[in-house]
This record gives sequence, structure tokens and C-alpha cells, in this order.
Amino acid sequence: MEPLVKVRNLKKYFTVQASMFGKPRAVVKAVDGVSFDIHPGETLGLVGESGCGKSTTGRLILRLLEPTAGEVFFNGRNIFDASAAEMRNLRREMQIIFQDPYASLNPRMTVGQIVAEPLRVFNLAAGAELEKRVRELLSCVGLAGYHARRYPHEFSGGQRQRVGIARALATNPKLIICDEPVSALDVSIQSQVLNLLKDLQKEFGFTYLFIAHGLNVVKHVSDRVGVMYLGQLVELAGDDELYGAPLHPYTRALLSAVPVPDPKVKKERIILTGDVPSPVNPPDGCRFHTRCFRCMEVCRRRPPEFREARPGHWVACHAVEGD
Amino acid sequence: MDNLLLNVEDLKTHFFLDDGVVPAVDGVSFHLRKGETLAVVGESGSGKSITSLSIMRLVPAPPGRIVGGRITFAGEDLLAKSEKEMRDVRGNRISMIFQEPMTSLNPVYRVGDQIAESLVLHKRMKKKEALEQAVEMLRLTGIPSPEKRVRDFPHQMSGGMRQRVMIAMALCCQPELLIADEPTTALDVTIQAQILELMQELQRQMNTSIILITHDLAVVAEVADRAVVMYCGKVVEEAPVAELFENPLHPYTRGLLNSIPRLDENVDRLFMIDGVVPNMLRLPPGCAFAPRCPEAREHCRETAPRLTRVAPGRLVSCLLVEGGAA
Amino acid sequence: MAELAKATVETAEIDELHSPLREFWRRLSKNKLAMVSLVFLLGLTLVALFAPYIAPYDPINGIMEESLQAPNAKHLLGTDELGRDILSRIIFGARISLRVGLLAVAIALSVGTVLGSIAGYYGGKIDLIIMRFMDIMLSFPSLLLAIAFMAVLGRGVENAVIAISIVTMPEYARIVRGSVLSVKENEYVQAARAIGNRDAAIIFKHILPNVMAPIIVRGTLGISTAILETAALGFLGLGVQPPDAEWGTMLGSGRGYLFNAPHLVYFPGIAITLTVMAFNLLGDGLRDALDPRLRQ
Repeated sequence: MEPLVKVRNLKKYFTVQASMFGKPRAVVKAVDGVSFDIHPGETLGLVGESGCGKSTTGRLILRLLEPTAGEVFFNGRNIFDASAAEMRNLRREMQIIFQDPYASLNPRMTVGQIVAEPLRVFNLAAGAELEKRVRELLSCVGLAGYHARRYPHEFSGGQRQRVGIARALATNPKLIICDEPVSALDVSIQSQVLNLLKDLQKEFGFTYLFIAHGLNVVKHVSDRVGVMYLGQLVELAGDDELYGAPLHPYTRALLSAVPVPDPKVKKERIILTGDVPSPVNPPDGCRFHTRCFRCMEVCRRRPPEFREARPGHWVACHAVEGD
Repeated sequence: MDNLLLNVEDLKTHFFLDDGVVPAVDGVSFHLRKGETLAVVGESGSGKSITSLSIMRLVPAPPGRIVGGRITFAGEDLLAKSEKEMRDVRGNRISMIFQEPMTSLNPVYRVGDQIAESLVLHKRMKKKEALEQAVEMLRLTGIPSPEKRVRDFPHQMSGGMRQRVMIAMALCCQPELLIADEPTTALDVTIQAQILELMQELQRQMNTSIILITHDLAVVAEVADRAVVMYCGKVVEEAPVAELFENPLHPYTRGLLNSIPRLDENVDRLFMIDGVVPNMLRLPPGCAFAPRCPEAREHCRETAPRLTRVAPGRLVSCLLVEGGAA
Repeated sequence: MAELAKATVETAEIDELHSPLREFWRRLSKNKLAMVSLVFLLGLTLVALFAPYIAPYDPINGIMEESLQAPNAKHLLGTDELGRDILSRIIFGARISLRVGLLAVAIALSVGTVLGSIAGYYGGKIDLIIMRFMDIMLSFPSLLLAIAFMAVLGRGVENAVIAISIVTMPEYARIVRGSVLSVKENEYVQAARAIGNRDAAIIFKHILPNVMAPIIVRGTLGISTAILETAALGFLGLGVQPPDAEWGTMLGSGRGYLFNAPHLVYFPGIAITLTVMAFNLLGDGLRDALDPRLRQ
């Protein structure tokens, strides 16, 4: 099956302007050579700690940011070649749900206006038809028609997130990028929103790129999961494979660090030493070698290749080579 | 009770807003023994943070005010103390760690000076002596080359480092009680694991009691001895952690536990607690959880339950449980 | 499918509908000083609108025999050196002062908003050029700059308005740019882009409505600055030309009689002070009422 999205060697460097004359002082390598595919109808999870570049990757795929290098093919078309007008049309096909339900809705617009906006922009509906469609969308996400007249500040976090989801559904897109959609929500509300996203996928056949830092959340929703560290993908595998038999030492440490909601389980924990190094000056060789418990000589010198170690299981680690 | 360090009895902290009175903390009682870790669990708006601010007597006033109850700390009534006496307690005998390591350190002072400040204030140390002690504290919290880092400004440190500095600051006067308000929520999982480990290690060394305020039941399972679950300003359940997870009595606790996606399980749909947290200005009569409770009966909507002891160390506030157990 | 998820929200109780505008009014009406100022300014506006019907005497042609009278029953605020009724002149002066204030601010605000939002939204070189230019203008004392413009444009009310709007414009541009910079970081602006909006739609629909609060506040305070500057230009003989009644001009021509007929300067002075104070208090009230941090 042809992938819906093909990401090839994607890079995004941010220049930090520090000198008086506007010369770039430092370059933050937020995303540094990431490649993967997203298949139609699947949910690809993307996990990693803050600053690993997972959100930047999501925004590059929507071209909300311009890349430094690399390509993103959507349905076989390189979106970075698209003109402004073509890009606007492509945006019908790809939408995003943001992390912060407080910041992602314009406080001066009613919920109805917010949900109607994409329909208006693409001239998909007008008048009574538009109103009907807005009501449908709201009911899809579990809100009532009369909520359309309300303003975002009258809603709780979970309800606002539903509004954000309704807006993303409006143009009936193929791809929805979920950028930490539940991490700002309370536990009891998280499960409501996760179930809603799953239900909608079943009904409309959306493809999701699900970005999150909570490994348990990602496991619950994803078919395949990619793990990022310092701007690079270190491991990518099917859900069960990645959580059941992780290959990369970072993935293993990450998984072991997740606290278990069961006091009887006392698991062997790999506690990583130190912090994530700055993406301004990432370590040479393998980027993880400074914190790795399996670090070898070669790891300091040569960056490992991202390769298919087992069928469908990609990893970038020298230590896995022997397996 | 032996070893009792803190006893909170029927604490009521209300907020007087233009639109009405919010009973943020409404009749909360719990106790804490020496060397124990008590988790106060709840979602946003449950009143867990206001409870901790009430113990510190740092409730923003106006609009907040402690309107009733008693807080006894090491035999002394905290609510009867003057502001001046409270200042001797804060940072010295009871100290606090906040969620946001970015904003809880003052950006214009070196971290060493910020740690030394409370030593100079509370332990009457000379500045030089206090700075030496600050280096020791940074070493204790596992910061590499503390002699150098003591001269760093907060922005030169990562989030995890800053949280270590916060812990160093909180523990430098060897407080009897440490209140940690969501200490790891803003941190990544690998850093969270480090910080939780560090807090437990320091607790063993200093025999400090800890109140851990959190929304994350997994963290509770990892570090706490006992837990108090709060909902809408009230305690709904109290239990030793092992028993709470083994056999949660309150439907809310059960719902919370079941709605966490787990790494060791594959389920298609997560358990959900329906609805949203009610508006604190218009709490429903009867049990505040009743509108969302899958098991609620008619009388749950009319009669407010009281926190009742159902087994040694186990308290629950639910009409259904009382009916069965009492 | 979403049955369960759907059911969840029906139980949620949401407060009765209240629009931001009503919320804003509720908060503003609690501020007594701001409300008093608002009433005063509305009254002043009515007085200015209906000046010919309210003023007891002709403001331009005085009665020489009655010159320099102290306040009395016939002339409540006295008369000036040409026998003109001061109350009438102040009433007519309100027309000019208010018009100049509102007009200057309206011009400065619109130009400043456009420049500031372009600079803030696009950033980079455009931002650099616009803002350096604004900085240069801000580095002169505004009155001095206004006088320089008057020297080029010539005397008169219209030119005073133009000069004042030019010299106050950079400040609005700056405020707008700053607010745009912070608002554009909000995710709803990203969301607007993700939906496929054009830049103009994003600026006008999503960014500007969210920066209006500080602009309105600054604009209200700016009216008082404009009134003061008009008065200053009038005082210096550059603004409104005699015999037209304008508060600053009245102050300027009355200063020669400061010792024997102080009412010539007192009353226009009081008029300026009260009006400026009212605009400032109203501006403060607006700021408090519009401040999103105070909202829950």
C-alpha cells in the first residue's frame, strides 16, 4: 500500500539570534534527518522527551514551518514544492489538534464560528447548510448544538479540546496530527478524549500522527510507534513489538522510567544519568552515547545508521548490530 | 497516636468571589506521621493545592480565607500563630517544592545565594558558611561539580537541575515536613524517575515527612505510604497505598484508576468517568460526585455522605459503601 | 460509536450565556471613577454638539464695555479682555478640543495599528525598517517634533491634528507590534494557518481582535495627550487661531492678565484638567475591565 505521508531526511534548524548585528550565533538542530512513512488509516505514535523535535516534526508535515532540508510527500506530492494557493488546498486534507485547549481557540470567536471557519475558508457550506454542518460536527465530538453560541472561556479544558477536534474534522481531512492532545487534561477527561479520537477514526477512517510524551497514552492509541531523541528517530516499530521487545537502550530506559499505577509491581528501573544534552551542540557520534548504559567506543565516533533490524522494526544503535 | 507530626481537622478554606463563595477546601481532615509520605491525589479544582497552601498559611487573601478547622503541627496550632511566628515555620520547619521549576526560582540571583538565603534567615548562619552549606546541599541532590554550579543563575540550568535546586532549597534547613506540589509534573519521564528516587533517598537520610500533592496515581503508587483522594474540596477516600490500589472503595477512585492507560495491558477502549467536574460555585446537593457516578442511587443526589472509617486506616465518603460495610 | 463520549457532555452544566461585551460592561460599571468620567465625557460631548444652543453668548464677538469682568450673575465665569463670555468660549472650545483629540487619535491609531501589525506579523527586514523609523521619531520630544511639523505645514487646526497624529503614531505602532508578537505565538493563530487562511484574514480576524484591549486603553489615554498637545500648540500660537475659542489658545491669550484677572486662565485650565483627567480615569477603568488576567 502506498503510504499517505512519506517523510524523507527532514531537517529543521532554528538559528538563535544573539549577536547585535543579527548574525546567527547558534543553530538549534530541532529536527535533524528524520525519515518515516505514515500509512492510510493507521495511527503512528511519536514519543520523546521535551526538545526531541516531535512537535516540530508534526508542524513541518503540515508546513506550518518551512524545513531546512528534506521532503514530505503527501499522497505522492512534495508539499514543500506547492505554491501558496496549492498549499491552502492541501490544508483541507490535513489538520491538527493542539495540546493547549486554552491557547488554540480564538477567545473572541464563538464555538460555532470556530468550527465553521474551515468550512467558510474552503467554501464548503454556507447559510443554513453551514449551520447544520456545524451542529453535526459538534454532535460528532459530543457537544450540543446550543454550545455553538458560547465562547471558549465558558468551557472546561476537555470540552475545549472537543471543540478543537470538531474544527479539525470540519473539512473531512485524511490526516490529523494530534500534537499532545491530552497532556493538558485531567486524567478522567483524558480517557474521554482518547476514546473519542478512536471512535472518530473508526467511523471516518482518519490517519493520525499522534505526538505525545506519555508512553502509556501513545501505546493505547497507536498501531506503530516512533521514538525520538535530540531531533532524530532512534526506533520505529509496531506497537506490541516496541513495547514488548524494545531494541534501543533509550527506548528501554524510557519505558522503565514510566511509573506503574500498581504498588505491587516493583520493576527493575534503568535510571538514566544526567540531562538531555542541548540540541545546539548535540554530541558527536550517537547522540545518546553520553547517557547510554551500553555505550561502546564506536558510539562516540560514528553515528549509527537507522536501519531495519527486524522486519518492520527500525532502530539506530550500534549495540543492536550483534543481535 | 504516636509519632503524629501533622493533624488537619475539618479544614475549611473558602474563596469569596464576586459571583459567590467557592468552598475550595471544605472540611478536610487527615494526619501525617513522622517519616511518612502521604499523597494527596486529585484533579484540577479538587482543592489539593489549596490544602497545602492552607497548611503553609499562604492562601491568597483576598479572596481566600481559612474559615474553619484546625491544623496542628508538632503539637502547635498553626492557625493560632501570628504572621511573624509563621515566617519562622515556613522554609524552616515546613518547606515547599512547586511544580514549575522555571518560575519558582528568582532569575536574578545565583542559585547558591537563593539556597543560602534561608540558612542565613532561619539558622542565623554567616553568609560564607551558608554558601558552603549550599554547596553541600547541591552535592546531596546529585548535581555534578556543585562548587561550580552554586554560582550559576537559574537560566543556565536545565529543568531537572532546577528542580534539584528547589529540593536543595527546601531541605537545607532540615524541615520536619516537606510539601511537594506536583514536583515532577513539568518534567520528562526519565528526569521524573531521577527526582522521585532522589526525594525518597533524601527522605530516608533526613527522616522528613512528605506530603505529595499530585494528580498522577502512578507516582503515588511509586512513592507514597498512604493516600488521600480529594474531589471538589472534600476527601472522598483515605487508605494505605497498597490497599487503595488493591481495593479502591470510592467509585471516583476506581474510575481514576481504571481510566489510566497502562503499559502492561491492551484494551480497545479506556474506562471513562462521564461528565465534567462540577462548577464549584454551584455544587450539586448530596454527593458532589453523584452526577458523574455510574453507581449513584437516588439518595446519593440528596444526602451528602460523610467520611467514615470502614476498616483500620481506611476511610471513605460514599453512601453506597457505608451501607455495605457499616 | 461516540455514544458514550457524546453523553458525557450533556450532563455538563454551563453558566448562562454571557457575551464578552456584557462581561466587560459588568466589570466597567463597577468602577465608580471610570463611570463618573464616562458620564462627564458624555455630557461634555453633548455640550460640544449643542454648543450654539447652550452657550449664553456669542463666543467670537464680545461686548467691549463688559471686558475683564470677574465671574458674576450675568457672566458666570466672567469675561475676557475683549468682553467675550468665558463660559461660552469654553463651551465652544470643547468642540475643538474633543474633535482634535478624537481625530488625532483616530488617525494615529489606524496608521499605527497597520504599521505595527505588519511589523509584528512579518518580522524580519520589514519589522526592522518600520521600527527603526518609529524609534527615530520617538527619540524627539513630541511637542518639539509637533512644532517642527507645524513649521512645515503652517498654522491652523487641521495641521495641528496632522502634526499631533504623526508624532503620537509611533507609540501606537509599538504597542500594536508588541501585542501582535505575543498574540501570534498563540496556537489559535497556528490553527488559523492550518485551516488555510490567508495572511490578511489571520491578521484581521485572529490577531487584531485580540490586541484591541491594550490599543483601546492606550487610545483613550492618548486622547488626553492629544488634547494637551493641542492646548500647548494653541498656547504657543501655532494651533487654533484667534478669534476661534480653544482652551489652549484661551490660556495663551489670558496669561497677560494672570494677576489682575486670573479667571481668564483658571477656567480654561480647569476645563483642560477635568477633561484630561476624565480620559485618563476612563482609560484606567477600561484597562482593568479588559484585562484578561482578571477574568476567571
